[in-house]
Amino acid sequence: MGREARSAKLCVGPVLFHWPAEKKLEFYTRLATAPVDVVYLGEVVCSKRIPLFENHHQDIARLLKEAGKKVVFSTLAEVMTQYDRQVVARICAMHDELIEANDAAALYHLSGRPHAIGPFLNVYNEDSLEFLAGKGALHATLPNELPRAAIAMLGRKAQNLGMGLEVQVYGRMPLALSARCYHARAHGRAKDNCRFVCGQDPDGMDLTTMEGVPFLSINGIQTLSHACLNLIREMPALAGMGVTHFRLSPHTGDIVETARLFRAVLDGELATTEATTRLAALAPAPFANGFYHQREGYKWAEAG
Amino acid sequence: MVRPELVCPAGTPAALRAAVDAGADAVYCGFQNATNARNFAGLNFTLREMQEGVTYAHERGARVLLAVNTFPPAGQTPAWKQAIEDGVRLGVDAIIVADIGVARHVACAYPQQRLHLSVQAGASSPEAIRYYCREFGVKRVVLPRILTVPEIKAIHDEIPCEIEAFIFGNIGMMAEGRCSLTNYATGVSTNMDGVCSPAHAVRYEEDTRRNLTARLGVFTIDRFSCGEQAGYPTICKGRYCAAGRKSPYYAFEEPVSLNLSSLLPDLMRAGVSALKIEGRQRSRAYVHAVVSAYRKAVDDCLAGRPPLLPDLLALTEGHRETRGAFGGRRWR
Repeated sequence: MGREARSAKLCVGPVLFHWPAEKKLEFYTRLATAPVDVVYLGEVVCSKRIPLFENHHQDIARLLKEAGKKVVFSTLAEVMTQYDRQVVARICAMHDELIEANDAAALYHLSGRPHAIGPFLNVYNEDSLEFLAGKGALHATLPNELPRAAIAMLGRKAQNLGMGLEVQVYGRMPLALSARCYHARAHGRAKDNCRFVCGQDPDGMDLTTMEGVPFLSINGIQTLSHACLNLIREMPALAGMGVTHFRLSPHTGDIVETARLFRAVLDGELATTEATTRLAALAPAPFANGFYHQREGYKWAEAG
Repeated sequence: MVRPELVCPAGTPAALRAAVDAGADAVYCGFQNATNARNFAGLNFTLREMQEGVTYAHERGARVLLAVNTFPPAGQTPAWKQAIEDGVRLGVDAIIVADIGVARHVACAYPQQRLHLSVQAGASSPEAIRYYCREFGVKRVVLPRILTVPEIKAIHDEIPCEIEAFIFGNIGMMAEGRCSLTNYATGVSTNMDGVCSPAHAVRYEEDTRRNLTARLGVFTIDRFSCGEQAGYPTICKGRYCAAGRKSPYYAFEEPVSLNLSSLLPDLMRAGVSALKIEGRQRSRAYVHAVVSAYRKAVDDCLAGRPPLLPDLLALTEGHRETRGAFGGRRWR
């Protein structure tokens, strides 16, 4: 395994799903012991969930920092209501913290000072990356639908700009956002009286086709892939392209063990085939890596 | 009440002429490649057709808005820059962009060129819109189809640019510019390739009892019993199964079209500067019918008459219509 892979950082993205506060607290307490370098905190999907957990963020941030992790605060991916706007403004006002912008509303507040660009903000090309770097972006996480060739060019650009570049390598892939809550809809409710029915599905609510084929996964206003992204085999190549950070997206499978497998592969201590076999026992669904290989996103290209 | 601009779809030169003849104040169109979000076979303009279209529109007092509103993947930005250079040279009245890099290019290379922010940029808050105005001098924002009329009014009062709002046509359920469902199922990207539910990936299969299955790639999007009207397989309009649902259901939305004719006076009072009709993939006859009806409705509003609600149901998807998010929060 190359030098770039060994020096690459492992990150844990924000919890996308609606977990009870005690489950999230347990998750972050365990995460403090995991071999990860960066942890993203904050609700990015639904602002209605924010009051249920935000008073824990400072304690969790302290715990993680004491364990040697870097903490980044992520903002909402969809900003629409007065409340959404207030939440984004409040997070962006934390001048001592690094903030990850997931929407242009956050960029409005963050431009001109150091910040990070999240995967929900469209950065598809070197011109966008360069412009954002000029406005203070130190780091960017790419949209998961970008193919290898585009990532390679963005990797070179990020190196020239001295930016960190991050790619999601594990977890269900965010595919779409909507104003409508599909969890509430499935239960015959509207978003305003959802009663947090999304909490019933800690890895997302499966949608299958009328022929019973698993297809998508619903998380409130967000639609994710049914398949679980797994780029563990592609990580060394990505590191060689200038990708400096690798993101694991949280699921109910043990995060510490998941992180250990990815770290061991980056450090050249575990073969990717063995790691993938062990990951399959932790993952919420079968694997996919199609986007990277410029195929349908649900496809899984085996080694070879 | 300010006179709003009626902005109409021109997927082809014939549709452009039909829209202008039917009273469009402006038409929007794109070149024949991935630089615009309706990159379908048989649609859009060659350089020469664009030149003729601009002349035809300008001679009749209509404006031409050029959509360069997809997201170029790294390494492919020259095609987008070429589209912009061509548009500027042909004298289009505005360029509609979504990508930050593309917006930056127009603002730097052609500072005099009027810039509109595409719905594909997904700017749904005053802060997001102000960001694009501040950084790139955007003069008009096309609002996502996810806002209520009071929310549009509130945004209007807080931004320094004009608002363009959709009033009729296909209604996508997902936030525009942030949907990779098509790419997940077909390997073709809406954001990068400008295509949603590409025709080459669509299959209809009929069984012995004449039930029709509509697929996108390998995935069944809907099934229609004999006699039921079959729709085009769009992922966000499909029927699926979920635990806790006894039968397949429209998990996102039913196949309906947006029709805001009843809200026209409210939208105009909310400060909307331009009313947009969706449908660059539609025929010349469709464009003529819809633009004529809305021309009359808008003129009625301006004259203080209750707008005659055009009967456009027969033209809508699934022959059913909705006011979508514009009608109120229950929709969410």
